[in-house]
Amino acid sequence: MSRTLSAPVTVAFDYTRSTGPVLGRFFGGLRDGRLLAATLSDGSVVLPPPEYDPVTHRPVTDLVEVSPVGTVTSWTWVPEPVDGQPFDQPFAFVLVRFDGTTAPMLHALDVASPDEVRTGMRVRVRWAQERTGHLTDIAGVEPLAPGEAEGAFSPGDTEVDPVTGIVTPVSVDYVYAASPEESSFYRALADGRIVGQRCPECGKVYVPPRSACPADGTPTAEEVELSDTGTVTTFCVVNVPFLGQKITPPYVSAYVLLDGADIAFLHLILDIPAEEVRMGMRVKAVWKPREEWGTTIENISHFAPTGEPDADYDTYKHHL
Amino acid sequence: MRDVAVVGFAQRQMEEFDGSPTCVELLVPLFAECYEQTGWTRQDIGFWCSGSSDYLAGRSFSFVQAVDAIGVMPPVNESHVEMDLAWAMYEAWVKIQTGEVDTALVYAFGKSSAGQLRRTLALQLDPYTMTPLWPDTVSLAGLQARAGIDAGAWDERAMAEVAQRSLTDAEDNEHALRRGGSSVEELLARPMYADPLRKHDCAPVTDGAAAIVLAAGDRAREVRERPAWITGIAHSIDPMSMGTRDLTRAPSAQRAAVAAGTAGVEVAELHAPFSHQELVLRRELGLGDDVRVNPSGGALVGNPLFSAGGIRVGEAARRIWDGTASRTLGHATSGPALQQNLVCVMDASTNGGSR
Repeated sequence: MSRTLSAPVTVAFDYTRSTGPVLGRFFGGLRDGRLLAATLSDGSVVLPPPEYDPVTHRPVTDLVEVSPVGTVTSWTWVPEPVDGQPFDQPFAFVLVRFDGTTAPMLHALDVASPDEVRTGMRVRVRWAQERTGHLTDIAGVEPLAPGEAEGAFSPGDTEVDPVTGIVTPVSVDYVYAASPEESSFYRALADGRIVGQRCPECGKVYVPPRSACPADGTPTAEEVELSDTGTVTTFCVVNVPFLGQKITPPYVSAYVLLDGADIAFLHLILDIPAEEVRMGMRVKAVWKPREEWGTTIENISHFAPTGEPDADYDTYKHHL
Repeated sequence: MRDVAVVGFAQRQMEEFDGSPTCVELLVPLFAECYEQTGWTRQDIGFWCSGSSDYLAGRSFSFVQAVDAIGVMPPVNESHVEMDLAWAMYEAWVKIQTGEVDTALVYAFGKSSAGQLRRTLALQLDPYTMTPLWPDTVSLAGLQARAGIDAGAWDERAMAEVAQRSLTDAEDNEHALRRGGSSVEELLARPMYADPLRKHDCAPVTDGAAAIVLAAGDRAREVRERPAWITGIAHSIDPMSMGTRDLTRAPSAQRAAVAAGTAGVEVAELHAPFSHQELVLRRELGLGDDVRVNPSGGALVGNPLFSAGGIRVGEAARRIWDGTASRTLGHATSGPALQQNLVCVMDASTNGGSR
């Protein structure tokens, strides 16, 4: 048995960002299959266009269309691409100075081997099949074919319908590990038991257990088995629907102070109308059927009233 | 300015920490080491500051949970930066300069192995023009290494020499993940990984934590015979875009070095996660051939994110404490391809000696 429990977890969010006047025109240009670079106060022409001039700090206003053909100024091989990169198979990240610009731009070069890349090689933009006004409208760059005529480039009109916002999905995969103390808590739950740990200095019992007593900074070594009955110390009635909600509002989310514990933990109070839940109410864990148990707090479906008289405020006033 | 010294330092480095991303389990024994070194209890610490990022291991508010390792009854004066330990230390140094406190314990932690580190770090880039391509850390360093090779600023042999010296020095560092030098020829014979980088040119993915204790004036003198007095500390930042920087240089490192004053340094611990970056830093920090660089082996032999820069400061401070040097330097970096740099110069005397 490994020392700690772990499980895969994915954290994902679609970032919605406004683009402003400079990047909005840049992305609008990409959607139209054009590269729009900034002309800066020192005469440099920079792609992607910065929003402010690095010398004068004034907002950038002048954009100019530049050629989709350029020269590689640096490169590195990517032998093991990661999720989200422009190509799934090995490729080269390159800095490309597009003709008409004075500074290179980062993008990806689609070639099969590092032997096909060199600084100084000529490449051209490979536009994405469908363009939406996003950096990924450039699918990558590709080498000019041997003997391929580069053709003359004449910059067009810089009038463009600007993009006002972009959506960038971000998704990151982790292996999430519980601490050793959390691991014994979850393993005990799989046996239908609730265990906490006691601080050797102040004697306080924490559930779920923590690696150190938050009051003393001392590791909480001694394991304590707790009852599955307790007292509602405080609660709230959930009336607001949200993404992923499993129970129809209104319902009660409460802090339950298990008998023998010094810190309350959050769980649901069901089997009673929400408006009848109160501070001091005595409750008991309602476990799911044993065959559904795992190493999770969800083994306890919810807490329900025991019917005992309410606990005296003095018995839990130090645990609020 | 108040005289402030580094008087305590503890670290942990490992390939894979199998516990919670809050790293409380690692921090408790680190703090115990700091208390032992100083003879203090947590009540002697005037200010706490930590460095970490939830992006690393995907646990929200891990820095709040990490405070458990301190013990906060009675309440403590505490802060956090989403930066390396060295920047947490900078905040604590400023806090001591205000006169509000005389002592500080700064710490940092990170579980890089929980995710795919080189990919996760793409989230620190420009969200409009870089992150959508997911440029990984190794690739960005590779572009920088190639730029230097093409410009004649360094070559593959010079990079291998850095790796060879680091791996050899690491033999004396119990915390190193990689150790054991061979020869420059043997290193050059190894296969390319991310051409022009071989694997030994890249720091290993490392989990870990570290802590540093700062103290002012007599509080420092009561702890150590030779406190490592901070006689210069500064940090600076370059633009993030890879295209508008000369990748063979690091102006922010030079600027921080000038502000901190690096002349006369005997030992320099440089936070260079890629071999060629040490070559950039030696130039920008104005370090001559007589300066002993990275006697610990440096970041190439262990690079726990959020601790590795502060560990350089701690390693440099140790050389003052044990009398092997009178003037040392710790450097920390952050961001892509040496974008952000911090330089901390330490001396055996509060006025920087005979300088």
